[in-house]
Amino acid sequence: MNNPYVYALSLAVYCSAWTYYGSIGVAANQGLEYMAIYIGPIIIIPAWIYINTKIIRISRVNKISSIADFISLRYGNSRSLSALIALVCMFAIIPYIGLQIKAISETFHLVTETGQSDNIFFDSATYVVLIIALFSSYYGTKYVDASEKRLGIISAVAVESFLKLIFFVILGIFVVYGVFNGFEDIYTQASKLPDFAAKNSFNGLEGSFNWFLMSMLSMSAIFLLPRQFHTAIIENRKEKHIKTAIWLFPLYLLIFNFFVFPIAWGGKILFFGQDVNPELYSILIPQKFGNIFISTLVFFGGLSACISMIIISSISLSIMLSNNIIIPYGWLDEFKSKTETDNTKSIVNIRKVSIFLLIISGFIFYKYLILGKSLYSIGLVSFVLIAQLGPSFFGAIFWRRGTYAGSVTGIIVGVLICFFGLIFPSFSESFLQSSLYQNEFFNFFKIPYLSPIAQIFFWSMFANSALFTIISANTVSNYRERNYAELYVDIDDYIQNHENAYIWKGTANISDIQKILVQFLGVKKTEQALKIFNLKYKITNDSDTADSRFIKFSENLLSGRIGTASAKILIEGVTKEDKISLPEVLKILEESKENISLNKQLSEQSHQLIKLSNELQNVNENLLEKDQQKDEFLDSVAHELRTPITAIRATSEILLDDEDMPPELKKDFLENIISESDRLSEIINDILYLDKLETGTISLNIKENNIIQTFRKALKPLLHLFDQRHLHHSEVHLLENDIFEYDEPRMIQVFQNILGNALKFTNDQGMIQTKFQEKDDQLKISIFNTGKTIPEEDLEFIFDKFYQSKNQNLRKPVGSGLGLAICKKIMVAQKGDIEVKNKEIGVTFEIFLPITNNESVQNADDQNIKEI
Amino acid sequence: MKKILIADDEHKIIMTLEYAFKKAGYEVFIARDGSEVLELLKTEVPDVILLDIMMPNIDGYTTLTEIKKNKNLAKTKVIFLSAKTGEADIKKGLDLGADDYITKPYSIKKLTERVEELLNDK
Repeated sequence: MNNPYVYALSLAVYCSAWTYYGSIGVAANQGLEYMAIYIGPIIIIPAWIYINTKIIRISRVNKISSIADFISLRYGNSRSLSALIALVCMFAIIPYIGLQIKAISETFHLVTETGQSDNIFFDSATYVVLIIALFSSYYGTKYVDASEKRLGIISAVAVESFLKLIFFVILGIFVVYGVFNGFEDIYTQASKLPDFAAKNSFNGLEGSFNWFLMSMLSMSAIFLLPRQFHTAIIENRKEKHIKTAIWLFPLYLLIFNFFVFPIAWGGKILFFGQDVNPELYSILIPQKFGNIFISTLVFFGGLSACISMIIISSISLSIMLSNNIIIPYGWLDEFKSKTETDNTKSIVNIRKVSIFLLIISGFIFYKYLILGKSLYSIGLVSFVLIAQLGPSFFGAIFWRRGTYAGSVTGIIVGVLICFFGLIFPSFSESFLQSSLYQNEFFNFFKIPYLSPIAQIFFWSMFANSALFTIISANTVSNYRERNYAELYVDIDDYIQNHENAYIWKGTANISDIQKILVQFLGVKKTEQALKIFNLKYKITNDSDTADSRFIKFSENLLSGRIGTASAKILIEGVTKEDKISLPEVLKILEESKENISLNKQLSEQSHQLIKLSNELQNVNENLLEKDQQKDEFLDSVAHELRTPITAIRATSEILLDDEDMPPELKKDFLENIISESDRLSEIINDILYLDKLETGTISLNIKENNIIQTFRKALKPLLHLFDQRHLHHSEVHLLENDIFEYDEPRMIQVFQNILGNALKFTNDQGMIQTKFQEKDDQLKISIFNTGKTIPEEDLEFIFDKFYQSKNQNLRKPVGSGLGLAICKKIMVAQKGDIEVKNKEIGVTFEIFLPITNNESVQNADDQNIKEI
Repeated sequence: MKKILIADDEHKIIMTLEYAFKKAGYEVFIARDGSEVLELLKTEVPDVILLDIMMPNIDGYTTLTEIKKNKNLAKTKVIFLSAKTGEADIKKGLDLGADDYITKPYSIKKLTERVEELLNDK
């Protein structure tokens, strides 16, 4: 069950009775306005990937179990701020719970066709609520640690979310295709209704402002509603589940909203002129057509929507009520003298009673205060109240300068504006008429084209944000606020060892803190936790002095059970903390941050160093190899040069000393001197030429040439040598096209080299055959000569420089010994190649050239165009 | 008449040595590689062999090793004539039992003197 879809569906606890019934009422009465409540979340949800990831990380490392903990911890772990937030949440959400009960009660009576009784003890709805309250208080308090994940309840909520959507879609299909003949039919009939045009527009710029503000309102609600914070943050099991939620949840909202408008207009058509509450269309329509099955389905869909909302809201509120109000303000001393079993029991009981009382207060609220109000208006008031947490909430994660004073002032003033602007007027007609409300001061703030709710939302948020910002900017935060400010805003930097980022100085004994832990966790769990702590930080000594990490670790252990503020108070009771100056806080934080990044840098650098040293070693080996190759090459060069010099020197010496040498012999000797000198300069030229080929200083002049003609040019000067030795030369042409791209002079050089080689090694009366063909998109020229084959082990070295001189088993050809090396270089430079193969009665040199004729270039262009 | 065997794969070098030693009164035998040397030695016992190292088929070092195995040739002097001038090459040649190692290019005069000297040593 630990899967992203459960997580995403559990978020749909957002769609309560309000969605099921209220939206249809709004759509019928006000038109498109209903959509704003869903558009806001849909717009902001993609940002969850950043914002919620951050909030989830902060909450995880600090064991946060409610939005009150989340905000108050940031502003110095303040008990009073957490209580204030808990109160705001309760004021906002209890009526909202009442609203769910109202929906359950009304639809219950409607479906069962019973009447409501004024005496609550005779009203069957009362007992339905009681059952829900008992169920919630029993199942909602399974864990004493409130930051624990409640897989069972969350899975149930996910299933309910799925069912309520399916049931609503069934209703939608029933209305559109069962009652009417499709969307067009509804449209045609509805367009005849008098208010059709007005309700299908945004009512101009003024209406758009309303719409915009309502979208902003719901945008903040999706973050701040306690039940949303609970499902999205506290119950998140894996950060990557957010990835699924950001597409599935908006999709869910869109599907839900798809049928709202048709159902609303269908109802308006069907009940035109009758006094019927449009919020109940979804049950009244199937009832009107006697379809009890669908009206019952809708009732159960609505019921699951309500129950999910009530359970999750009451759990999250009960955590706040217990951890942020009751425990820190009354029960801490009580806990100190009790054992773990008693304390756990007390905490669970406080929560149980809280849940029960919260639901019952919702019921009372409904019975005595909001009976006549629409679901929609109560829902919106709740939203506006909850939105007051927005500036402090978003300030907590994005702004380091926010302070406790700014947060408290902003929230109080914002809430007061809501009370005077929205809540009092709606309950007391006389208040509206009072001189206070009617004087000119208030008239100044009235924005005539905005609905009352939009006006109050605007002004309360304006005042709240302004006070939060201005006061924060003008007060100095204490070190604890600043500590958490850094921890919240830069959570990604501290996520690995957040306990190191907690700053605390003073004197504390582990044994004292341990005693407190034992009172809440028990002996066994405390020992376990300490073992984990010592393992994590590799602590081996038995020193009793607690450091800042231990303080934070202990606070975290308690936080889930009694809230962050109470945890702090308890730990403070047994430790003596020294005040730290603000600059010191920043310095320590900077250091801890630097340490983290320094560590990262160091390990990165050492990685790089290892890589670099490996590379250097490779380069060095390469260089050594090259160096050795160079030495060998030089040796070979020296050797190759010495041989003709030896001949020249000896010959000259003889000529010099021997004056009576026969003229014939003298001529031979002189000719030898000339030919050996030529050989010397040939070697030198070849060495230089090869060097140029290797360094790339020779530029190739590649253009279209006729390969057959080039070959003939190379062959012509050698033909008389063929004749002299009675060798037979033949050509085989298998080409369709003789034009290829290459550097002609270099190709002539290659051909002459290979032919020259063949000449030397072909036995007399042997034959040389040259074959031209296209093979595998290459031009292949094979030059075959009969004669002795090359020893197999030598084949791979034959294109090396001075190969012949290294291997004595090969008969030396006349030449520099660089010819084949030069051929190889030339062919590779033209993106071709040259290879040698032994045949049965001789040797074949195979020369390859790539085919880059116009046709293939054309084809390549075509392909490119297709791809584009 | 002293017999000399000249082994080298460079025709032009052989021409000079052949001329010089014939003139100096030697009976000259020619070999173009190691295998020709060993073939010739089956029938002839030269007084001195001038041996190139880098030759086809069988190189000079191997040829000398074979020569040393032949008891008939115990008195034959062997001189390496090589373009290989590295210390290691020279040491290897002398270690194999060559009487001298002369690097190319050499003076013909000095070479003949050195041959004379070696032959008079015995």
